[in-house]
Amino acid sequence: MENVSCREVVELVTDFLEGTLAIDRRDVFERHIAMCTWCETYLYQMRHTLIVLGGLREDDVPAPLVDSLALAFRAERERVTG
Amino acid sequence: MDGAEPAVDEAALVAGLHAGEESSFRDLVLRYHAAIVRLVRLGVASPAAAEEVATNTWRQVIRDIGDFDGRSSLKVWIFGIALNQARGCGAGQRRTALSPDPDGARATPAVDPDRFTPEGQRWAGHWCAPPVPWTGSPAQRLIGEAAVAAVVNAIEELPPGPRAVVALRDVEGWKTAEVCALLGISEPEQGALLHRGRSRVRARLEDHLGGR
Repeated sequence: MENVSCREVVELVTDFLEGTLAIDRRDVFERHIAMCTWCETYLYQMRHTLIVLGGLREDDVPAPLVDSLALAFRAERERVTG
Repeated sequence: MDGAEPAVDEAALVAGLHAGEESSFRDLVLRYHAAIVRLVRLGVASPAAAEEVATNTWRQVIRDIGDFDGRSSLKVWIFGIALNQARGCGAGQRRTALSPDPDGARATPAVDPDRFTPEGQRWAGHWCAPPVPWTGSPAQRLIGEAAVAAVVNAIEELPPGPRAVVALRDVEGWKTAEVCALLGISEPEQGALLHRGRSRVRARLEDHLGGR
């Protein structure tokens, strides 16, 4: 695949970002991206998609819930150890 | 995105749990509860059901922690319990389980084939309807509530396999090996599911941002 089409490139994007593309394929991929602004745009969009996905993480846990679960943990501990 | 999550001293946490230290248990809940709710919510019908699944998961962790032998990581063990709880829960009617479906993950094109010049023509396989840059103020457009909602909808519409892998890898920041261990799939299968899921989410975001 010395010459790769855009249609093939979009199928390599995930492996490229994962670092799992074989070196020769990565070279072909990078050369295509360097020449093709459309595929470069596609790659940018994929990176932006990952930023939005990563932004979905919020780690608020209601304190009363933690307290009640901790209480259950203690009760079980007391039951097991007698 | 590997390494997004701070390193956890699991051995110390497990030792604390086995010793009955409440602080270790609280630490665990604070660390993983939101992720369990989020993952289950992405795979199960209602938010209320997701909270219930998460709470039941913790109750089972409390019961079974004495049997945890460290053969898998504690995190994978806990989320394995959560997936089982989600399967057992009636809320899973809309989607059955977070089980992977690697078959066909590579068969689905990342981009609508109509957007490329057909075979037999000059420039076959090159864009005829190329993506348009998401310019303007990307930070605002992309992190806006509507964009976030579009991405959440896109994840929810994915088949179970790609949905689970995208949620774990790209939302929760799990490593490939952890996802493979939890879902019982190989790294190539994981890669195929991730590719399919990400490609679909990007396409939905493109629809939303009016890129074309």
